[in-house]
Amino acid sequence: MSWVALRMLWGDRGKYVGLVMGVAFAVFLMTQQVSIFMGILRRTASQIIDVTDAQLWVMDNKVRFIDEAPGLPDTDLMRVRGVPGVAWAVRFYKGQVRARLDNGNFRNVVLFGIDDASMVGAPRAMLRGELSDLQRPNAVIIDKAGYEYMWPGEPQRLGREFQLNDRRAVLVGICDASPPFTTLPVLYTRYSQAQDFVPRERNLMTFILASPEPGADATEVCRRIEARTGLMALTQREFFWKTIYYFIGSTGIPVNFGITIALGFIVGAAVTSQTFYLFTIENLKYFGALKAMGLSDRRIVGMILLQALLVGVMGFGIGVGLNATFFEATSGVTHLAGLYMAPFAFVSVAVAVFAIISLTALVAIRRVLVLEPAVVFRG
Amino acid sequence: MNDCKLENSATGATGRLDQAVICRDVVKEFGEGDSRTRALQGIDLDVHAGQMTLLVGPSGCGKTTLISIIAGLLQPTSGHVQVLGHELHEFKPRELADFRAANIGFLFQQYKLIPALTAVENAAIPLLIARQPRVKALRQAEELLDVVGLAARRHAYPAQLSGGQQQRVAIARALIHQPRLLVCDEPTAALDAESGYRVMEMLREVAIHAERAVIIVTHDSRVLALGDRTVSLSDGRIMHADLALEETAHET
Repeated sequence: MSWVALRMLWGDRGKYVGLVMGVAFAVFLMTQQVSIFMGILRRTASQIIDVTDAQLWVMDNKVRFIDEAPGLPDTDLMRVRGVPGVAWAVRFYKGQVRARLDNGNFRNVVLFGIDDASMVGAPRAMLRGELSDLQRPNAVIIDKAGYEYMWPGEPQRLGREFQLNDRRAVLVGICDASPPFTTLPVLYTRYSQAQDFVPRERNLMTFILASPEPGADATEVCRRIEARTGLMALTQREFFWKTIYYFIGSTGIPVNFGITIALGFIVGAAVTSQTFYLFTIENLKYFGALKAMGLSDRRIVGMILLQALLVGVMGFGIGVGLNATFFEATSGVTHLAGLYMAPFAFVSVAVAVFAIISLTALVAIRRVLVLEPAVVFRG
Repeated sequence: MNDCKLENSATGATGRLDQAVICRDVVKEFGEGDSRTRALQGIDLDVHAGQMTLLVGPSGCGKTTLISIIAGLLQPTSGHVQVLGHELHEFKPRELADFRAANIGFLFQQYKLIPALTAVENAAIPLLIARQPRVKALRQAEELLDVVGLAARRHAYPAQLSGGQQQRVAIARALIHQPRLLVCDEPTAALDAESGYRVMEMLREVAIHAERAVIIVTHDSRVLALGDRTVSLSDGRIMHADLALEETAHET
C-alpha cells in the first residue's frame, strides 16, 4: 500500500507542494540562522583559533574575553617563563588602532603584535608576500578581507603606505586570516613595531603565548602558572569557549537568533502540520473506505508515516539546497566571510524536521485511527 | 413480522440456498443515558448466497446500521451475527479486518474511488490490501474492467469518468478479490435510470452466477423489481419481507 500512499500524496499536487515548501521554508530559515549564529560566535573567537603554534594563553586574571585584555608588565613574561613545565613563552599584543589611509579616510583595524624572533602568532597562510618581510621597518601584513575593506575594488598591491598612530606603515604581505567579529581589517606586525603603532600605554603586552614542555599536561601547566603568577592561564580551547560563552551570556545575539530559529520551527511546524492535517482530513473518506475493505490500522499508520517522511525528506533536501546555494552565492562577500553551513546546523535542523514531521504525522494518525470504518456508509 | 421464520422455512424446504448471513435478535444502541437511541430493535434476518437482497425503508430506519453490522464495521449492542459461517463477535479487530478483506466486497454510495489513482489502480486496491504483487493486481484489474466494459477507460482518473463509469469501476473493485458477500449502499442513487438499471443487472448477474450473497441498501424505487428479495425496515424493525423468492424456491 506504500505505492497507493505515495500516489495519494502526489495526486494532490497543490497540497504536496505546499507541504514540501512548508518544510523547506522551515529548514532554510533554521539552517541559515543556526549557521550564521554559529559563524558569528566563531568569529568572536576566531583570532584564538588562528594562533596554531601556542597552546597556552596567559592574561590578566579578570579578562572575560579576547577583546578586553589589559596590558601586562614585561616582568610577567619572565615569571611565566620560570614556571616549571613551560617550554617557552613570548609576548603577544592584540588591540584596536585607527589607520589613516592615503586618501584621508580612517579605518579601525585589529592589530596583532607578534614576537619579533619566534613569530609565534603569525598568520596561518600568506597569499601575497613573505612572512619574513615583516622584519622590514614599519612592515605590516593585512588579511585579504581587510585589504578589500580598506581599498575596495582596487587590485592587490604590496608596498602601499598608510598611517598608524601617525607612523608610516608599509604593506608587505596579504594573508589568510579568520574574519573577526567586527569585520575589521586584521593587521600583523612585529611586537617591537607595534610599540610605535599603538598610542602610548604603560604596558603593551596583552597576552603571553606559551607552550608546555613536551609530555606535560597543558591544563596542569596552566594551573601552575596561575598559582605562581596570579595571572589567568588557559588552554586555547578553554580561552575559545570562555570568549564564546561571554558573547552568549552578555549579548543579545543568542536571543535574537534564538527567536528567529524558534519562529522558523513554529511557522514550519504550523504550516506543515496544518496542511498535512487538511490533506488527511480530505482523504479521510478514502482511508475509511480502505479500513472498511480490510486494511489494518498498522498499515494505514505506515501509509501516513511514509507520506510524512517523504514530505520531510523532500522539504529538508530543498531547504538545505537553498541554504547551500545562499552560502555559495555569498561566499565572495567580504563582510559575510566565515559564515557557512555548519554541520551542526545540518544535523540539528534534521532533528527539528524529524520532530515537525513526527508531530504532523501523529496528529493525522490519531484522526485516522479513531475513524470508525462504518463512516463509509454515511455518505 | 419475524423475518427469521420465513427465511428458515425457505432454506429448510429446498436445501439449495446457503445461508451467507444469519442475524439473530440484533440490537444496536447509540449514545449514553437520556440521549441513548435504539437504531435496531431485535433484527432477525437470513441472507442467502445466490440472492440479491434489497434492504429498503425510510431514512433513519436502520438500514445503514444493519449492513454496517453485517459487514463487521460496527459491533451490535446485543444479538448474534454470523457471516459466511463465522460468528463476527469472536474475531479480534485484526482478524475481523482480514476477514473483511478476504470475504466481503463493498460498493459505496459515493463510490469512494481514490482521485489520485486511475480506474485500473482503484479496481486493484483489494488485491493490494491482500498483499498481492502490484503488477499482478493491475493485470487482474484490467481484465475485470474489460468485463464491466471499461477497458478503454482503464487509465482514466475518476474525475474523467461519468457517474455510471465510476460505479462500474467501483463494482470491479468490489468484486476483484472474489468476495462471497457483496454489501452495497445506494449503488444507483447518483445514476440516471438507464445506468442504474445496468448496474443492478450487473450486480444481479454477479450474485447469481457466483453463488454470492448480495445485500443492497436502496431508496431507489426504480430498482425494487430487480431484487430477488426485498426486506423493508422501519424504526429499526423488519416490517415486511417479500416472499416471492421463497415461494419460487419451494416450487423448485
